[in-house]
Amino acid sequence: MIRDALLIARKDLRIELSSKIIFGQVLPFSLLVLILFGLAISSDFVVAGSENRTVLEQVAPGLFWLSIVFSSLFAITRSFSLEDKNGNLDALRMAGIDPASIFLGKALAITILMAFLEIVVGALAAVIYRSSILDIEILAATLAAATFCISMAGTLYAGVTAGSKSKDTLLPLLLLPTMAPVLLIATRSTEAALFVEDQTGWGWTILLTVLAFLYTGMGMLTFGSLMEES
Amino acid sequence: MTDLKSIVSDVDNISGGVLSVDHRSQEFFGENQTTGSKVTKVIGFLAFLALVPFIFFALFVAGPHTEQGEAARLLFIHLPAVAVTYLSFFGTLVSSIMYLKNRTKFWDLLGGATAEVGVIFCALLLFSGSIWGKPTWGTYWQWDPRLTSTAVLFVMFVGYLAVRKMDIAQEARSRRAAVLGIISFLNVIIVHYSIDWWRGLHQGRTFDSTEVKIEGWYLFSLALGMSFFLLIGTFMVIHKFRILWLEHQLADLDLQFALMERRSEVNDLQDSIELGDKT
Repeated sequence: MIRDALLIARKDLRIELSSKIIFGQVLPFSLLVLILFGLAISSDFVVAGSENRTVLEQVAPGLFWLSIVFSSLFAITRSFSLEDKNGNLDALRMAGIDPASIFLGKALAITILMAFLEIVVGALAAVIYRSSILDIEILAATLAAATFCISMAGTLYAGVTAGSKSKDTLLPLLLLPTMAPVLLIATRSTEAALFVEDQTGWGWTILLTVLAFLYTGMGMLTFGSLMEES
Repeated sequence: MTDLKSIVSDVDNISGGVLSVDHRSQEFFGENQTTGSKVTKVIGFLAFLALVPFIFFALFVAGPHTEQGEAARLLFIHLPAVAVTYLSFFGTLVSSIMYLKNRTKFWDLLGGATAEVGVIFCALLLFSGSIWGKPTWGTYWQWDPRLTSTAVLFVMFVGYLAVRKMDIAQEARSRRAAVLGIISFLNVIIVHYSIDWWRGLHQGRTFDSTEVKIEGWYLFSLALGMSFFLLIGTFMVIHKFRILWLEHQLADLDLQFALMERRSEVNDLQDSIELGDKT
């Protein structure tokens, strides 16, 4: 099962290497969103009781995660548009691949792509939002756990909407409410990594990890019913 | 058509006849064909019986509240709306599970009907809560776990209704909707607890219970409101179910017609080929 999943993930990553849709189009989009947030939100006013952080510096973690969640929509849509033509998903299943492996493989490729994207976007965010990182370990753990949450839940919902003509508009409607807790927890965790010296961030990170496992479980259990055609 | 008949008997068996659709509706909906039934007529009449005294007691007999004044009357529609919303969405959850188990049209359509009624009452509950919030907390909106997760719940089930209208094979759509019905329920629980924990770290819960003390005429009016809302909710679910059922039959008829046309085309073609052979 794992081997099939790795095979599918490798296939998706190789397609990305040759097409460069995520890095040529989605990544610039995320960077653009960061810059637009910077224009929309004041960097002049200092937030009371925040050690002289400006509004922009204070909300930087939330803005970063918002741009990541929006970009993930494109990455997920892209990943499934690969399978859209010629009934590829059916072909994969007819090749004897377990739906759970298809789910894991697709989600794994999205996780890896999103992780690269987050590192680049995060580096730029740290520069333009003038963030200083106090706890790199919590930040790394947050990035890893949140990325799994986003790609697992995203793949699950992409399975719900796959094959429909309205999937491009339907996926955000279904996925974004589900992303609400991930956005919330990842932002708190990142705030802890940037602003506070003590280790309170670990609580959030653990919660995020639990969520990641939960979404993985949900996806592996339900993907069979989602893919099954009449 | 044997399939349709078995579904009809399924509906009769499971609902004890409450939701049954007249078999005659198969021959195009006759002139007397409505989405109502004897049961909905009785429920509708009872709802009307509850509505009249409800308006009277809620607006005139139960006096203005000592602390909240006239605004406290919102309780009479807010709490019943909460009850109908959660019962409906719970109905969607049960229907989704039952559909995945039995794969009968009955549970699929019941899931759709309860979700739609749930969304309507959820909108009412958010709206009534919001206008109640202004006089009591001084704001239309609080980032409270219950409020926020209810708003997310609302959007999620709007999404569920959108999935039910997806343009894919009917069977696949029903199955995906059922899966979505179950995971949406889990997600709402996750959303609620994540916000609860976030708030828990920042400050205490914004409010823990509605401060209106419910007794006397207030309790009586609330009971009337509750009866009215539950009756009208059931009424709407049954009607919606029957609409969905008729839609389903119509789609089925369309398919039958398409098949018949196709077959006659093939027959014509064969006839002409045979004729062609002879000449």
